[in-house]
Amino acid sequence: MSYLELRNVDLVYRSRDKKATEALKDINLIVESGQFVAIVGPSGCGKTTLLKLVAGLLRPTCGNVLIKNEPVRGPLKIVGMAFQNPTLLPWRTALENVLLPLEIVEPFRSCYRKDKVTYRHKALDLLASVGLKEFANYYPWQLSGGMQQRVSLCRALIHEPAILLLDEPFGALDAFTREELWLVLQELWWRRKCIVILVTHDIREAIFLADRVYVMSKRPGRIIGQWNVDFPRLRKLEDSFSQEFSDLLQHVRRQIIGAKEAS
Amino acid sequence: MTWKERFQSYGLPALAIVGLFLLWEGIVVLFKIPSFVLPAPSVVVKALWRWRSAIWEHSVQTLMTTLIGFGVATGFGLILGWLIGLSPILYKMIYPILVGFNSIPKVAIVPVLVIWFGIGTVPAILTAFLISFFPIVVNVATGMATVEPELQDVLRSLGAGRLQMFLKIGLPRTLPFFFASLKVAITLAFVGAVISETVASNRGVGYLMIAASARFDVPLVFAGLLVIAGLGIILYVIFSALERKLTSWAYRQYI
Repeated sequence: MSYLELRNVDLVYRSRDKKATEALKDINLIVESGQFVAIVGPSGCGKTTLLKLVAGLLRPTCGNVLIKNEPVRGPLKIVGMAFQNPTLLPWRTALENVLLPLEIVEPFRSCYRKDKVTYRHKALDLLASVGLKEFANYYPWQLSGGMQQRVSLCRALIHEPAILLLDEPFGALDAFTREELWLVLQELWWRRKCIVILVTHDIREAIFLADRVYVMSKRPGRIIGQWNVDFPRLRKLEDSFSQEFSDLLQHVRRQIIGAKEAS
Repeated sequence: MTWKERFQSYGLPALAIVGLFLLWEGIVVLFKIPSFVLPAPSVVVKALWRWRSAIWEHSVQTLMTTLIGFGVATGFGLILGWLIGLSPILYKMIYPILVGFNSIPKVAIVPVLVIWFGIGTVPAILTAFLISFFPIVVNVATGMATVEPELQDVLRSLGAGRLQMFLKIGLPRTLPFFFASLKVAITLAFVGAVISETVASNRGVGYLMIAASARFDVPLVFAGLLVIAGLGIILYVIFSALERKLTSWAYRQYI
């Protein structure tokens, strides 16, 4: 069943001098429970805007964002978000950063004092699952970029969100770390079966991770293509070198380039 | 801490102070400067010892007025700084007044305070407060106004309200700025208290110095200066230590 739906969504930014910038145009998107969706597109095509709409940080100018057929009206608690920058709070250790959502989101917040020990264990387990058990008490600046991004993923997941929104989370990492984190993310998602919406400009990343890939055009962002990716789970890095994989990759790439030339 | 580091953080400053005193002593001896113009450190220390009980009494008074004025400035500066840091409109509205107010020499205000409150402790406390709250306000406001929007997005996406944003981000983010301003403010508070004491008081180190200079007891004047400098250093060190303890995340190399 469809859990999340964007119906004819337009978004227009108005700057101070009343100049209107169309960021998104006529977006239609249906995401089912437990689905892993990737959105690919050139930079500046409104991918981040799309995520902010789903998170309830922005309201659509036209159209509707629906969750379980209810329109989204404000920031959502069932959402976890990770950004391109790890955006960890520098005065908190890795563990304390992961615990942050539990201090804010209900129902955890009310029981925070009472269940602190349980929560700490939960956070430690999560950190351990991304290979950061020994680094729980390190400050962000003592961690590498990849490690910080793992902590950021843990923070996005600790309150067990129904929807995980990832805004180019691996964009700033080197290729090896990035691939390593693909596997980490796949593993985390597979265990939790939440919805993931991954925004990226890396087509290979999108195909490797997602059940369904959407391609967006340049501004104003429209969805100009979509594919199902049916490779069996859990996928291994070697799979991304198979013939079918590279065929699909070429196909998507051609579509993006085609759209670029058409505009 | 290794021996080398310990030497660098305690030994070197001590050496610099001793060196300054030696230089001073040397110049006074060499040029045969009379002690009513510039007393040698040895003479100043002698005066310090001779008048120790009076100096102690007046120092306690000055320290008290300074700390009370500083305490009030801290509370007031913190609240006002946070408020104008949170609201750009308020910031624009109040900032010119603050700057104008801070430009007024505080010596000029003391006579007015005396008319209002009489001479003594109250004007000293108020002058210490007036002179030291400005850096606190400015620093705290800067800390609040420069919070990274990305960090705010993290909290907003979790559905945090204004108060939570403040507690989880604004407050910890401002602490380094706050402590930096405290170190400036505490020394300024001394200046304020002593200024007021020299103009209108019969207690405190400022009064002691004025009384001494009226008798041409220049060594005692310098003893008073030394005491103020010493108190300033001690309080500065205390606040530095507190700063490192509470905001160690911002001072990476010290961990």
